[in-house]
Amino acid sequence: MSGLHRFASPARFLRLADRIQPWTAWTAAILIGAGLAVGFGFSPPDYQQGDTVRIMYVHVPSAWMALFCYAAMAVCAAAGLIWRHPLAHVIAHGAAPIGACFTIVCLATGMLWGKPMWGRWWAWDARLTSVLILLFLYLGYIALANAFDNTTRGDRSSAILALVGAVNLPVIKFSVDWWNTLHQPASVTRIGAPAIHSSMLTPLLLMAAGFMCLFATLLFIRVRAALLERRLRALRHARAHAPPAGGMDTGTTLS
Amino acid sequence: MTAFAAALGRELRLAIREPGEAAAAVMFFVLATMLFPFGVGPEANLLARIAAGVLWVAALLAAMLSLERLFLGDYEDGSFEILALAPLPLSLIVGAKMLAHWLTTCIPLIVATPLMAVLLDLDTGGYFALVAAMALGTPTISLVGGVGAALTLGARRGGMLLSVLVLPLLIPVLIFGAGAVDAALAGHAVRQQLMVLAAMFLAASALCPWAAAAAVRQALE
Repeated sequence: MSGLHRFASPARFLRLADRIQPWTAWTAAILIGAGLAVGFGFSPPDYQQGDTVRIMYVHVPSAWMALFCYAAMAVCAAAGLIWRHPLAHVIAHGAAPIGACFTIVCLATGMLWGKPMWGRWWAWDARLTSVLILLFLYLGYIALANAFDNTTRGDRSSAILALVGAVNLPVIKFSVDWWNTLHQPASVTRIGAPAIHSSMLTPLLLMAAGFMCLFATLLFIRVRAALLERRLRALRHARAHAPPAGGMDTGTTLS
Repeated sequence: MTAFAAALGRELRLAIREPGEAAAAVMFFVLATMLFPFGVGPEANLLARIAAGVLWVAALLAAMLSLERLFLGDYEDGSFEILALAPLPLSLIVGAKMLAHWLTTCIPLIVATPLMAVLLDLDTGGYFALVAAMALGTPTISLVGGVGAALTLGARRGGMLLSVLVLPLLIPVLIFGAGAVDAALAGHAVRQQLMVLAAMFLAASALCPWAAAAAVRQALE
């Protein structure tokens, strides 16, 4: 653990991020490009769903990323609360909008898939509904993180919220599943056959790995910007409170 | 224990001397419920079908309105700094405030619920389940809402933010609360739903005062 704490220094993190970021960016571009090419060009259409099954290659990895980002956010929030590393809060804040975007992509592609499959854009399906609630958890977190004039307050409050949400997520998921089976007896065929053929699994895994690299790249960019912003604010603050150079002279002449 | 009773007594005295707040929540609850027949039409069957959901949603929103003030008064006038110095753990002080919120806001809502259910033509078989589910579910609203109120202390647009944070977290209570009434109306046993509501209440009462105390502590720093 103590080895990891070395990376809590923002300067060290930035140096490391500068070195890694080109790699993650290029890997993301190559993997997503390859995943899209294989998924849309070479993988077979589903025998039931036809070509609409190709939506899955974007939909499923973004759903995984939506959950992964929330988990990453909660872990960083806990680290920030326990060890008081400001960098952990910065990373949690950086991950939140990226996770929210993955959630929106997941919902949008889910709706696009639902229209030809279920005949309507939105069904109150258990998975769709829980992902929608996840989106609101993200939005609440982002709103709370930006609601304070004092950065530390925003950091800590939103970190506690992230942990409360992480504890509550399984309960919400369970309740929504229960509610859905009660109100909607399985009227829709579910995606998710027990086995998936390798011709479909390959593009899916390529896209998932590509999205992970994309997440890392975007996170590095956002964390760098946030750290610079904080430094800028600290400098402005210091300048506003420092005695002006040569200010004593003007002061005496005025009085 | 006596210290906890003293903290609770203080909250209750404050609430009794300012009865307007609890009354406002009940007024909102009644009004919000009353709007639904205007919105969906006065057809008795339809109203009876949606009564449980409408009452639960209205109660949830009414509780949100009153939660905003839960810690704000003591935070703004500085009493919280004194309370935080008391020998009683902060989580118990916060818990006393949540309990007081339930006693002064949620109990009037529970009392008003059967009356509003009459107006919405709820079938007589649903009353017991409705009131029992409310009695078990509303403490969770006070507890989870208290965490939200503590997190938004001193935030810009705190009241609106509170609802955005807390309502998604309370969806399970709504599902099982309204589900209990639906089950009773369909002639099934409501034990399962009530036990899940009780479990949520117990889990929330173990975790929420602690989380809210952490939030209040960092707000006071």
